[in-house]
Amino acid sequence: MIAPVSILGYADLGRLMDLQLGDEKHRPSATSTLDVIWVLYDRVLRVAPERTTDPDRDRFLLSKGHGPMAYYAVLAAKGFMDVDTLRSFGRYDSPLGHHPDRNLVAGIEISSGSLGHGLGLAVGLCLGLRARQSPARVFCLVGDAELEEGSNHEAIAYAGRTGLDRLVCVVVDNRSSSLGWPGGLTSRFAIEGWSTATVDGRDHDGLERAFKAEHPRRPHAVVAEVEPKS
Amino acid sequence: MTLVTQSVMRERFYATAAELLDVHDRLAIVIAEIGGSALVAAKSRHPHRVINVGIREQLMVGVAGGLALAGLRPIAHSYAPFVIERPFEMLKLDLGHQDAGAVLVSVGASYDSAASGRTHQSPEDVALVAALPGWRIFVPGHADEADLLLRAAAADNDRVYLRLAEQSNAAPRPIAPGHLHVERRGRDATVIAVGPLLDPVLEATADLDVTLLYATTVRPFDRAGLRAAAPRKNVILVEPYLAGTSSSEVDTALIDTPHRLLALGVPNTEFRHYGKWHEHNAAHGLDPAGIRARVLSFLGT
Repeated sequence: MIAPVSILGYADLGRLMDLQLGDEKHRPSATSTLDVIWVLYDRVLRVAPERTTDPDRDRFLLSKGHGPMAYYAVLAAKGFMDVDTLRSFGRYDSPLGHHPDRNLVAGIEISSGSLGHGLGLAVGLCLGLRARQSPARVFCLVGDAELEEGSNHEAIAYAGRTGLDRLVCVVVDNRSSSLGWPGGLTSRFAIEGWSTATVDGRDHDGLERAFKAEHPRRPHAVVAEVEPKS
Repeated sequence: MTLVTQSVMRERFYATAAELLDVHDRLAIVIAEIGGSALVAAKSRHPHRVINVGIREQLMVGVAGGLALAGLRPIAHSYAPFVIERPFEMLKLDLGHQDAGAVLVSVGASYDSAASGRTHQSPEDVALVAALPGWRIFVPGHADEADLLLRAAAADNDRVYLRLAEQSNAAPRPIAPGHLHVERRGRDATVIAVGPLLDPVLEATADLDVTLLYATTVRPFDRAGLRAAAPRKNVILVEPYLAGTSSSEVDTALIDTPHRLLALGVPNTEFRHYGKWHEHNAAHGLDPAGIRARVLSFLGT
């Protein structure tokens, strides 16, 4: 018997991920994001299952839609879906695919899976929220290899130079970029005017501090380093 | 031959978009430099809703998707190759797959800027957008029609592609979004003219006893309107973009009506010529003489 939503916590996430059986091939991608997503939903985001249509909720965009098991596990732990739904992962009638679809699960903000789309959407969300004078913030998770897609750099350049201070980009760095990032990942953001921080992607307090750091008139990039993919 | 060369659709778009921004507080316009000078005054009045992302067309469409997710009604605008072809996956995913609405407004049509060469020519654009689910596609033939269609699109929440062109018919028709307009009725054939090719088709068929239908909405195609027009055995489709883009729509509409279809449009070739758009029309048989010759051949007269 799975415990009621109200008492599910970080210690339950492994079990929730194990419920998502199947031939999912992105397990390393899924576990790399686990602590980042947990800290965001547990300590940072102003979101709740009963507020999924609130225009002023914070938004979390899983740009790197690969390996969403950790994401689904956190959403289940926080009551955005029934825990039993996790057992349907990847099945024909399931709302939980190997890449998430916002139209199938309330609380999932974007449909993703093709790399290099989340940051552009995040920039548009920030601009739209600003136009509507909303206090909401936008957190977008990308992978270090995902940043190879050029579309990210259109978004990084624009967001930095226009000072989108409601935007936080979290780069989960498991060193899966085959050509690497000479000069470091943060340099790609800093040169465009972003505030940056590099933290241990498994250190919950460090992640929380990085996410809550002040970054007036600038977007903020948090590089969360985790163990290498292989 | 009637040849109206004007870029009034584009100028009308900028003026109407600016006006709509004043009265529609959810409307936003996203551009990638192109159109920026025409929207300076609008941007000064609405700095947060006129957004120039620089020459970043993938971002332009991604931003449109994000704006829609924030509850705004975005218009994204550029040359057709840069708002449709270059960011095509963003149309599919950042708009369609999110189920986010937006209005994409292009200029340039198939080869308005013919002298710029293939990079600025886009006869494939309508076929590309039509390949994605859930889009309305408007191809006006006059600035007044473009204005009407833009206002209709801005007031809705769906995905719309509005294709503007330099070529224009001499006079607007009383169109309604989504519907074919019956220009005239005849007995020997049913001709469907799309957007700015209405006038050339009118001239080409002036002495022929044909029904002439005028399409400014090409998706969803007005299948019911075509059936209601009592189509003849001979059907001729004249499109200002890739030939045959709407052939399957015509055939589906007439699934239980024996017919033969002649589909005229821009051929699917790598056409290495510059010049003016009307020279390309003539080369592709989309001027009145070219249309007439192929219609007569098809009808065996």
